[in-house]
This record gives sequence, structure tokens and C-alpha cells, in this order.
Amino acid sequence: MKYSDEFRDKTIAQRLARAIDAEVSSQRAYRFMEFCGGHTHAISRYGLEDLLPANVRMIHGPGCPVCVLPASRIDMAIRLVDRPEVTLCVYGDLMRAPGSQGRSLLRAKALGADIRMVYSTLDAIRLAEQSPGRQTVFFAIGFETTTPPTAVMIRIAENMRLKGLSVFCNHVLTPSAMHSILEDPKIRNTGGGPIDGFIGPAHVSTIIGTQAYEPLAEQFEKPIVIAGFEPLDVMQAILMLVRQVNQDRYEVENQYSRAVTREGNRRAKNWMSQVFELREQFEWRGLGFVPNSGLKLNRAYERFDAETRFALHDMPVADNPACECYAILRGAKRPVECKLFGTVCTPQTPVGACMVSSEGACAAYWTYGRVRDEHLRQTS
Amino acid sequence: MCLSVPAKIAKILPNDMAVVSIDGISLEISIALIEEINVGDFVLVHVGYALAKIDPSEAKRTLQLLQELGSAGQECRS
Ligand code: SF4
Repeated sequence: MKYSDEFRDKTIAQRLARAIDAEVSSQRAYRFMEFCGGHTHAISRYGLEDLLPANVRMIHGPGCPVCVLPASRIDMAIRLVDRPEVTLCVYGDLMRAPGSQGRSLLRAKALGADIRMVYSTLDAIRLAEQSPGRQTVFFAIGFETTTPPTAVMIRIAENMRLKGLSVFCNHVLTPSAMHSILEDPKIRNTGGGPIDGFIGPAHVSTIIGTQAYEPLAEQFEKPIVIAGFEPLDVMQAILMLVRQVNQDRYEVENQYSRAVTREGNRRAKNWMSQVFELREQFEWRGLGFVPNSGLKLNRAYERFDAETRFALHDMPVADNPACECYAILRGAKRPVECKLFGTVCTPQTPVGACMVSSEGACAAYWTYGRVRDEHLRQTS
Repeated sequence: MCLSVPAKIAKILPNDMAVVSIDGISLEISIALIEEINVGDFVLVHVGYALAKIDPSEAKRTLQLLQELGSAGQECRS
């Protein structure tokens, strides 16, 4: 078994689609949000929306870390690499993420800044080790999946006494973002009705476990199905959501039981709690300031915090007014409803963050030809 | 960035590291986040770290269920 191809069988996907079709009630619409960019990517790549009945609509949520990072944080990183002593290590997807006024790390690099793309936090450690006279800063970004690796890096740096290494921390928490989506009446009711349920993240859930979503399902009476990233995983999760809606249930169910447990990864959670603490609030592109949704290094590790070390301050900036990212990330609009989509804004020249990462809703639509399908649907 | 791949543990190395093979390509990853791991286990690899072990019996169960759900879908239309 490879644990990937087996979950991509086209015939089974089509049969699952028929099962969904047979179970949906024609009397109502089903609006499900896939929180995570990984699911958005799978839905677009395998054309899953085309398999679904017309009254089942998938709303692309804000679960792409690059997309939700506000321009002000990119600006901060650019100000940081202005310092000649700094080497900035970033995950590749961040290079094109837009800062204010057309700035990006890619441009900063072209202008001579020392920015290195890394695959892993272990690469940052290696770099810091090899350049003792320099300040190596790791641009930490991501949900609960990339957070434990950052924690491990800091602990290794501590043990190795790597004084030149620090972290620019932008880690965010999934449940707080889901909470904010469910709580805001504007978000809840925009674009054709409320959200009827969520497909919950795959890999984030391997860390935090299904129990992390139980209070949300309970408080907001919404079904949440944790699902893997393969097309059959997504189709099965949609069927499970349809059933919950039909039966008036709102439970947390686990489709991805091959990797996710109720408790999650105890060891990884432990690493996180040793190193990080909650920020009072953190700004998300599309969601604004969300309380208790971001992490920073705790007191014991403050000396590794680049924001403290380099006295970096956050200066909020307004997004490009024509960019509809904020509405898309909240599920209120679709990428094709943005005037800039595919004309001014493409993956080569992203205006908003949703076009930057391959997991962003706009980029996924662009890459997998949703434009064409959408066009066909509207003209047919 | 959220994309990650299932990979098989080929060798355990010192310092919480391991070698995995993904489609025949070997890669060195960290297993610092995993409690107990053996050669032959499948893990999800993300940004150079094993995030979780894959449970083969649960995977089989899901596949079986998918087959069943799928065949129910087939009957509905025939
Ligand atoms: S197409 Fe570009 S400008 Fe429009 S919402 Fe998407 S990212 Fe923003």
C-alpha cells in the first residue's frame, strides 16, 4: 500500500458522487466549507465540484497560511532583511507573498537581500551553524503542522548554543480561526446562506486531534468531518456531512482515521507548549484581528524571538481595494467574482495572497481551469 | 505548504533522524515529533518532519468502507 493512489480511484469517486446525489434532499442547499488549503487544492485538482450535485456547494476557507498572512508581516520581514547582518530563511511559497506597495521577498532578494529558501527548519539550523558571524532568522509561518518543527528547531538551537539563530514567529491556530468564522454574523450569512458544516484539516488534525473541534461543533451546532487530502477522502467526508445535516446531527467525525486520533500527537503538542504562548490577538488577512489565534515565543525563549531581538514593530497596511481576498477567505465570494482574477492577478503577478500559494483559492482555480468550467456553467 | 506525503521509514539514524523513501527517492527527515517508530512504518512527512504514523489497519478499514459506500451509490442508479 502507498497510502495515496488507493484513495484516488476515479470509479469509486464517481460512485460516491452518485451516493451523495441519492442522499441529498432537493429541498435544500448544502454549503460546506473546506477550511484547509490542502482540500481546496484537491477539490480543484481532481475537479470534485463537477461530480457534486448542484445544490452541494464547497466554500474555500482560509486554511492556507500564506494567504492569511497580512501584508504588514511581509513588510516586517523586508525591513528585517534590510539589515546587512541578517540572513532570512523562508519556506518557498512565501517568496511571492505580497507586502504593501508591490513589495515581496522575491523582489527584496533580487535587490540584494540575503534570503534563502529552506525546506525544513533543520536547514535553518545548518545555515546558522555555518555562518556564526551572522544573524540567521527563520520566518516561521503556518498552522499546527509547521509549529512543532519550529519548536524543535528552537530547542536544538538552545542545546547547540546557536546564538545567531532567531525566529520571526507567525504561527496561527486553526480552531480560533474557525471560531471567528462561525461567530461573525457577516461571515456566517454572506453569499447565499450560512455554512452547514466543515471539512476539517487533515494534517493539522494529526497534531491537535479531533477533540480540538468538539467545543466548536457543540457551541455552533455544526458538523465537522476531519478528512484526508486525497479525492476519495474528500468525497467520503462530503457524504458524511450530508448525512449529519439530514439527520440534524452536529458531531465531530473522523474520516482520516489512518492518521488522526482523538487526542492527536501528544509529543508534538508537548513541544509546542514548551516553547510558545498565545498572543492576545493576531491579524489574519480576510478575518482581521482574531483573539488568541497566534503564537509567539514564551518568556523562557524570548531571546530567540526576532521581533524582540530586532525591535520589529507591526504597522498594519490596507490591502489592495480591488482584491477580493478578504471575501474569498471568508467564503463570501468565489475567485472568479474578482475583477482582477486572471487579468491583472495571476500566479506570476499575484495581487492578493490567495493567488500566491498553490493552496490558495484563486491559484487553485487558476491552475486547474476552474475559470473555464465556471464560464461553461454560467453560459449553459 | 500544507501538502505532505506518506513515506516509509527505511532506516533510523541517531539524533531523532531517519531515512525515508518516497517513490524510491531517499530523504533524511526528523522523527523528533513521533513517539515510537520502527523501520517499515509509514509516516506523513511535512517540512522535513514526520508528523504522524499511518495506521495500516485503519487505512484498510477506510478503503473497505469506500468500496461499500461506492457500491451503494452504484445500486441507487441501476
Ligand atoms: S484574483 Fe487576485 S486580486 Fe482577486 S481576490 Fe484573488 S488574489 Fe485577490
